[in-house]
Parts: sequence; structure tokens; C-alpha cells
Amino acid sequence: MFDGINRRVVSLWFPRLASDRVLRARPVEGPFALTHQENNANRVYCLNAEAERVGLFRGMPFSDARAFCPELLSRPAHPHDDQRFLDILRRWSLRYCPWVGFEGTDGLTLDITGSAHLLGGETALLRDLRGKLVRAGLSARIGLGDTRGAAWALAHFGEGVAEAGRALEALAPLPVAALRLDAEVIVALQRLGLRTIGQLEEAARAPLARRFGPGLMRRLDQALGRQPEEISPQKEPPHYGVRISLPEPIGLESDVMVGTERLLTRLCEKLKQQETGARVLCLTLRRVDNDAQHLELRLARAMREPSRILPLFQRGVSEVDAGYGIDQLRLEATQVEPMPTEQINYVSSDSADRLDDLITRIGTRIGLENVQRFLPADTHIPERSFIIAPAAYSKPTGGWSSPRPRPLLMFRPEAIAARSSRPPKSFRWRRMAFTTMRTTGPERILPEWWLEDENWRHGMRDYWRVETHQGHRLWLFYTPQNPGWFVQGVFP
Amino acid sequence: MVATSGGYGFWAREKHQPEAITPQSLDMFFDVSTLVVAQSQSQTETLAVAEEALRDGVCPIVVMQLTAPLTLTEGRRLQLAAQAGGTTGLCLIDEDKPNNTAETRWHCAPLPDPDNYPEDSTLQRWTLIKNKSGTLGVWDVRWDQSARRLIVVSASRE
Repeated sequence: MFDGINRRVVSLWFPRLASDRVLRARPVEGPFALTHQENNANRVYCLNAEAERVGLFRGMPFSDARAFCPELLSRPAHPHDDQRFLDILRRWSLRYCPWVGFEGTDGLTLDITGSAHLLGGETALLRDLRGKLVRAGLSARIGLGDTRGAAWALAHFGEGVAEAGRALEALAPLPVAALRLDAEVIVALQRLGLRTIGQLEEAARAPLARRFGPGLMRRLDQALGRQPEEISPQKEPPHYGVRISLPEPIGLESDVMVGTERLLTRLCEKLKQQETGARVLCLTLRRVDNDAQHLELRLARAMREPSRILPLFQRGVSEVDAGYGIDQLRLEATQVEPMPTEQINYVSSDSADRLDDLITRIGTRIGLENVQRFLPADTHIPERSFIIAPAAYSKPTGGWSSPRPRPLLMFRPEAIAARSSRPPKSFRWRRMAFTTMRTTGPERILPEWWLEDENWRHGMRDYWRVETHQGHRLWLFYTPQNPGWFVQGVFP
Repeated sequence: MVATSGGYGFWAREKHQPEAITPQSLDMFFDVSTLVVAQSQSQTETLAVAEEALRDGVCPIVVMQLTAPLTLTEGRRLQLAAQAGGTTGLCLIDEDKPNNTAETRWHCAPLPDPDNYPEDSTLQRWTLIKNKSGTLGVWDVRWDQSARRLIVVSASRE
């Protein structure tokens, strides 16, 4: 169906995206591979051209690859970083057209309809695209066609350009695998003798549709433009970064704080519009000698009030070496969290806010994850009956209940010399002699069989509270399955 | 003290200490959800964190577990911080690591208590062994779980 506009689509395929990304940062000579742990086996994830020339292939066990090619250099793969890199490439390719979508995990689709002339036509656009990618050190294969399917086929199988309206001519000699089909469908088609797209197009549709379902014919129609296929461009996430450039370098702490305040006001305005709050802020101070200092501020709670955030920067700013002066400040919220507008309450607890600020300040010194609070856990095992969670990322909860008193201090069980199943009359612990005055117990606790716990390998425990003539009240347990006595805690 | 103040409690300790305080037992005395624990790398960090918390004043009581003796400077800094924040600092120290700047110094030792129920806390002898602004004394104290308060069982017998 012709709707008056000839769509033109560019498909970009980066066959070695992951290794290209790593080699761009740290180039190496010779064969190179990225490895990835899959199902307990270290496998080759991506290779550079030289490694492929030696005969290595993706997915092979890494030990085999090392045996074939002893000089192979390798690094661990980071698929998440590769995806971020692809997203950077997607943003970059917005220079060619406003409509760019992902194609799997290693490709991009650009809808250049109506924007090719801005770069001097399709040929010039492709030349420019290829030139820039090669200069960036990326191996890319480019296909141009009327549809997403045609462009994909050309990019993956014999790079080329399908002239407008003549997709079939360009696609006919390509193998059926160029239609983005499942592996078993491709094998079945080859068994039928349908090896190329041209042969498939000439074959009768109805028997094929009956045999392979509608998917095969849909892919063919999408490639040839008889059925539409959308390209989904990604929404640009809001960018939380502001900066200020100064005509003259500054060095005083108070000046930097004033500059930070201005940035913070603008940033918080933006956060407020998006109903988000900053969790991690990064203030970059660029000096005149092009050296940059980064101050990271991790907040105990998502916030967007400039007046509360600004004093928290004080400690970091006071430690900055201004050198010959600072001439650019940049503030970015590197981690944001949704923070819907809330009803302001005139009896709102001010102390909770102050505690969060205190946690932030302490967190800048010892690390936010080291400021913790206790949360209850639902188990009978004394060691695991509470969770220690970072205070910044958890809400205080109640619901503490213990059927019997628990000791104030708990430590790893320390063995004492005793035999019988009743608490010993006298014993030595930590080089102190104790005589028992009164015992309470036993409280039998069984290990959780569904969890492996090295500490509970002695089996069930009979806990006793032992009060001694020396005053100490200790928490002892006896393990009937492997007779032995241990001290595990001290009562308050 | 946390229970009476009704605010937040703050506990600074070093990460590597093998003994863990159990929240269930603390729950006997006050609401554990108001307790914030800072795990530091070294005594210097513990002191810095405690000073910050004392100065801020949002936590009326700051407990620090110390592993080395305090110098006069460190002790005085903590005092000034506590004064600025209007808070109380409590250092848990070993017997042989004194803090020369302390306003008061207490020695706690457990006592056997054959007459009372074991549900309450251990009977303890709290000996005030240093007091800059008063006399010394000895108290035998015990936490009464049903009354939820400290009971001074007997006054000093000296």
C-alpha cells in the first residue's frame, strides 16, 4: 500500500559491539575476546576481527579458545555496559534523523524518511555515517531499504541499498534467514528447497502459510513492504544536570557555596517539575588548569529542597583544592527517585527530616550503607531473627516479638567443657570460672532444614539461661545430636 | 535513657567487633525502630561520627563503643559537641582504658540475684567511681520488666 511517502529505513548492525567498545577504551594488538559466565561455563561472548580470522567463534568455551589460540587476550564482558553504549549510539544517531529505535541488542534502526536530503542525499548520508563509525573504531554493517525488514536483511546479509520501491530485486538473492525467522523454520524451508527470498516469494503462499503459520508470510510481507512494521523510538529520559561557567575563576569556599546554591535552585526546580527527588548528587568543580574535582553526595532520602541539600555540601566543598581557581561548576543528580508531591502537614515531624540529614552527613564520612537500622525477620533462628539494613534505604518497622528473652550480646558460639545434657554445675568460659546458681530452660530450636547453614551443622540446640553465682547471666546451648555445650550470649 | 527521652537513639561502633547487639533484647527497654547504628572502620571514625551526632542534637543519647583510650583532646571535643547539641554521650569502654575528660565514670558489674525473677534484667552494681561535680556512690540496680523502669534495689550500704 502506497501512502504517498516512500519510507526509507537504515538498519545499523554492530557485529562486534561489545569487543569494539572495550577496545576503543584500551586497544590491544592481536586476537582478543570477551568472556561471559553462562551456565557455569566461561564462554566467548564477543571477538575482534583477528580472533575470528584465527577460527574462534562466539559461544565456544573459553578454555577451548585458549587452547586453539594461546596468545588470545581476554577480558570479562559487561552486557549492561554494552546496552548503555548502544543507547549512547542511539542518541548520537539522532543527528541523522529524529526517529531511531533499537534493533535487538546490537543494532539500531533509523527512519530517515524525509531527512536524507539534509545531509546531501542517501549516498552522502551513508558515506558520512560509515566514515564516522569507522573513525570511532566501530565495525558496522549498514543496510538501506524501504522497510525495516529489508534494511535488516541487507545489513546482516550482504550490505547494500535497496532502491525505493524495488526491494524484491535487492532481497531476492539473499537467503531466507534474512527474514528474521526462527532457526527451525529456516532449516525446514531449506529442506523444501526454498533457499532464497526470491524462491520463497515465487512459491505458493497458501501451503506455506498452512505449514508454517502466519509468521513466515508476515515476515516476508514486512520485508517487501506489503505489511507495515513500526520503529519505536525511545523516549529521552529527563536530564538532571545544570552547570554554570564563570567569567573569572573563584577560589573562596563561600563563593563556591553560592555558585552551588544557584545550581541547586535550578536543579531542584527541574526535579520538582518531574516529581522526582535526588538520591545521589555529583558536583563537579572544573579548575582553570582543566583539572576537575568531583564531590559526590549520597542522600539518606530522596530530596529536592535546596535549603536542606546545600548545607550537606559544606563538608565536601571545604576539602576541595581550588588550585588556581575554579571556573566551571556542574551539578548533576546521578540517581533520582520518584517523589510525588505530598500534602504539607503543619504538625509534620521535623525530627525525622533532621535524622535523615544527620544520616546523610555521617554517610558522607563512613559510607551510607554503614549507617544501619534493625529490621525484624520472621525466623526462630536467633542469629537470623533480625536484619541489619542501611537506614537510608529502609523504613523503620516495629513488630519485634520474641517468645522468650534474648541475650543482649550475641557472638559466635564458644565451646565450654561439659558432658551431661543438663547445664553444668561449674564451668570455665573466657578464662573465668563460673558456678551455676539457677537455670531456666531448655528452649529447643531446630535448624531450618530448607536453608544451608554452616553454623547449625551440629543439629538442634537446647538453649538454657544460666544464672551464675558470679552474677553473669549467660545463654548456653546444648546440642543433643553432637553432645557439646556452647556459650552464645550474655543477658542484659 | 532513650526510652525516657522519646527520641532517636544513636549507636556508634566499629565494624569488626565480633559481638552483635540483638534488637529483640533492646526492645525490652525502648522502641528499637528509633535506633540508628553506625558501623565505622576505626576508632577515629567512631569518634567523628559520634561528635557529628552529638552536635546535631536530634538523637538525645549517643552511645559509642570504644576500643582504645580517649585522649584529652578527643574527650574535650566530644564534650563541646554534646554541649552544643544538648545531648548525652555514653562511652562504653574497657576498665583499663580510661577517659580523663569524663564528667562521670561508672563501673558496672553483674551481681547474683537469687530472690528475683529471671525475666528482669541482671542485677547490676553500678559504682560511680568518678564524679567531677558531686560525691561517689554505689547502686544496685535492676530493670523491672513489668514496671518498665529501673529499680534501685538498695541504696548504698557504705
